[in-house]
Amino acid sequence: MSGAEFVPLSLTPMLIGVCVAIACALPGNFLVLRKQALIGDAISHVVLPGIVVAFLVTGAVTTWPMLLGAAGAAIISVAAIEAVRRLGRIEPGAAMGVIFTTMFAGGVLLLEQSDTSSVHLDVEHALFGNLESLIWLDATGWSSLVDPVALAGLPVELVRMAATLVGVALFVALFWRPLKISTFDEGFARTIGMRTRPLGLALVIVSAIAAVAAFDAVGSIIVIAMFICPPAAARLMTNRLEHQVAWSVVFATLAAVTGYVLAGYGPLWIGYVSSVSAAGMIATVSGVILAVAALTGPHRLRGGAAKEI
Amino acid sequence: MILDALFLQLGYNATLVTIGAMLLGMAAGVGGTFLFLRKRALVSDAISHATLPGVGLAFMVMVALGGEGRNLIGLLAGAAVSAGVGLLIVNWLSTRTRLAEDAAIGAVLSVFFGFGIVLLTVIQSMNAGRQAGLEGFLLGSTAGMLRSDALIIAVSAAFTLVLVMLLRRPLTLASFDPEYAAASGQNVVRTDLAMMGLVLAVTVVGLKIVGLILIVALLIIPPVTARFWTERTDHVVLISGAVGGTAAYVGASISAALPDMPTGPIIVLVGFALFLISLLLAPKRGVLAAYLGHRRFQRRVHLRQGLLALAQGQPIYERLTLRLLRRAGWARRDGVATAEGRGRAGRALLDETRWQLIRRDPSFEAAAAHYDGLTPIERVLTPDQIAEIDARIPAPKEVTT
Amino acid sequence: MTLQLATKDGSDAGTEVGRDAPLQIKGMTVSYGQKPAVFSVDMTVPAGAMTAIIGPNGAGKSTLLKAALGILKPLAGQTLVFGRTLAESRDRIAYVPQRASVDWDFPTRVIDVVLMGLYPKLGLLGRVRASHRAAATACLSRVGMEDFATRQIGQLSGGQQQRVFLARALAQDADLYLLDEPFAGVDAATEKAIIAVLKALRDAGKTVVAVHHDLSTVPEYFDRVFLINTRKVAEGPVEEAFTIENLQAAYGGRLATAQVDQLNGTLG
Repeated sequence: MSGAEFVPLSLTPMLIGVCVAIACALPGNFLVLRKQALIGDAISHVVLPGIVVAFLVTGAVTTWPMLLGAAGAAIISVAAIEAVRRLGRIEPGAAMGVIFTTMFAGGVLLLEQSDTSSVHLDVEHALFGNLESLIWLDATGWSSLVDPVALAGLPVELVRMAATLVGVALFVALFWRPLKISTFDEGFARTIGMRTRPLGLALVIVSAIAAVAAFDAVGSIIVIAMFICPPAAARLMTNRLEHQVAWSVVFATLAAVTGYVLAGYGPLWIGYVSSVSAAGMIATVSGVILAVAALTGPHRLRGGAAKEI
Repeated sequence: MILDALFLQLGYNATLVTIGAMLLGMAAGVGGTFLFLRKRALVSDAISHATLPGVGLAFMVMVALGGEGRNLIGLLAGAAVSAGVGLLIVNWLSTRTRLAEDAAIGAVLSVFFGFGIVLLTVIQSMNAGRQAGLEGFLLGSTAGMLRSDALIIAVSAAFTLVLVMLLRRPLTLASFDPEYAAASGQNVVRTDLAMMGLVLAVTVVGLKIVGLILIVALLIIPPVTARFWTERTDHVVLISGAVGGTAAYVGASISAALPDMPTGPIIVLVGFALFLISLLLAPKRGVLAAYLGHRRFQRRVHLRQGLLALAQGQPIYERLTLRLLRRAGWARRDGVATAEGRGRAGRALLDETRWQLIRRDPSFEAAAAHYDGLTPIERVLTPDQIAEIDARIPAPKEVTT
Repeated sequence: MTLQLATKDGSDAGTEVGRDAPLQIKGMTVSYGQKPAVFSVDMTVPAGAMTAIIGPNGAGKSTLLKAALGILKPLAGQTLVFGRTLAESRDRIAYVPQRASVDWDFPTRVIDVVLMGLYPKLGLLGRVRASHRAAATACLSRVGMEDFATRQIGQLSGGQQQRVFLARALAQDADLYLLDEPFAGVDAATEKAIIAVLKALRDAGKTVVAVHHDLSTVPEYFDRVFLINTRKVAEGPVEEAFTIENLQAAYGGRLATAQVDQLNGTLG
């Protein structure tokens, strides 16, 4: 495949996919270890009502209001889950189930009630994303990577997603120790003066930001795969948090690249004409990676059962 | 219009769908209760998302076999198979690897859904797939439903409800006390399987009405709502069934009567309204009742601690304690007891002294177990017993200050 | 004549020990729902002593400790550590939680857990230097675990896990050590090792408070006892406060006769 074809059509979607996968996998490591993996599930389901409300308020399909709407919905959902859990003394899973389904239902209802037929705002788009469309029209080949004019025409989604990745990575790096200590032993963390509640909330908010920035590219449900599958597979590979996070980044990248390639070119190889959903394929590949790790990972079993050779 | 719908006056199809939705809501409410009591509510989310690839594969297989592809029974059978596979994988990951159940649920949910999306894009590119309408399974769509489909849904919902009612007793026992159930000869693994089978049946039947993303709400919201009203498992089951049935019936009626009212979301929102009312207003577990109870309790604790401090001439550390004492007229601003406060303090100290005496006497063990620092001893002992205790108090019974 | 609460102990609400006592708890009430687990408890721990918090199951021993440390929110009451508030004296406290309270499947090694004790010194981004590692390893050898430094924590036995927790507390280099059931579910060798470390701490002038279960070892291990059953029952030096009468008061009829006989032996 020539650079003239690959760079404009495939390079940027692939890079966006990699950024999404890593930005979600990083906080995902802590969510999985804290047994809060399904917070990712809840957050991503409420992205839809968030963008619908943003559209109804602003009347236009523009990026920033929608991102803000989605982020607002994510924060409201987390607060509502916490409120229902505490006030109603309900276990967290059920509290999540009540809140995210209700908010999602509200979003679908608002969408049906409002006249959105004229604009490109449909449920499927929010659910599956549209990674393939994020192409780089100004590029002509590999040389465009050093061409300032062409670089100015990079899809804004790539810039946004890369910035999100940098932000998420900074958060994890900066708060590495508090995150690690409070995830392992919250009581101890409090006795040394760590503010574990705000830290836990910050982790959820950072995850929400990653999910919101990513929904545009891969859709709101496939984001869940990126939160959970790479960290879960990584956990089965090692017994050290530092290594686990490194593995999860490797797996996330592998899933994004392989998934994108399989979706775009796989059908052609088996004689099919059109490509399939890249986001769906990335999730599928991440699932395959998890399956392999669950069957063969050196530390797949609990406790001391893993042999250190 | 809504009244017409509520009284099933909107035509044969709408009536069938409404009745089917109600039966399904009842079955989901009852079945979801067991899931909720076992603290596995979100397993249903994995099951429902895992139906998507099954729907897609069933469509492709039926087309490949020369069929029409849209046969509802075929699609639902495909959904059931892939949901079952998803469920098995959740169980396998959480028991055979070190991953916790929440990670297993999230992984299965998102990967199956992602694979389902891949299949949907394949189907869209097939000639037969252009009007397949499989997207309807995502959010449910009852508008323009075939009469035969409506009938299938109503009948299978009724069948699921019968199944739930038959399995109610063993499931109640197993979800309330699995160990006892096992000890009394019940096969808990099989009961668990039956529970998951029920959830699967509800999910699959509900796909067309509510859609796979929202069907979990029918399994989760009714039991959570019911839990506010009762402490008894068997009552939770019944109330949950009633809540589920009501939400589905009212929701389906509104949806049938008014334009642009998608069935699934409306059912969920009606259910949420019932939940919200229960959360706020339920007599014992509701937020309002709990808040008032906590305030009352905190007041009693602080007053009692304050009175004991006054009686023993100790300073009062907490500002809230002092404020409450002042408001009751038992202490002055500087923390010195008023005349009434001295009397109260003396009685509190006497009560506490009596408690301490019976707590060190093994013959009063049963009564002493009621000690919580607040209950007056007169509530647990007869006057004769109190007189007997008082005889052991070494000092005179007045309090000097 | 003042009517006294029928407790005989060696302190009176702690004013005599002085304001700078390592640990002072005043009017602590904690409740789960509407049933107080700890009711209006005062406690004063003098410096340089080993104090056991004892009482029957569900008497509020661990709850008192957690509320005093701010891990649980009390309904009423306050804690002073060396005469200052909790927030001001965090760096002087080391806490050893119950073993069951953490996820031992967490992907981390023994040495990393001990290094967590150095966190207050390291801060957010301070580099872990060789000197820090050496300090952590030294703490591990004090509990006899230096050979396990690179093991995954889930591969340790219960006793070994408890020793790692103690090593982490040692790494904090505190003045007040609070331990929640340090001997629960550990082997005899670990129990001996832990008590030796704690006694060494005491002899170095540190203050040790432990929630304790086994009445028969109280006189051998501890200098002071604090008896609790929702309310404080007694507090003081072992020879004064650890009496059959006080134990009966704390344990009620639950203190089996056989145990009393055995204790009669222990108490002489």
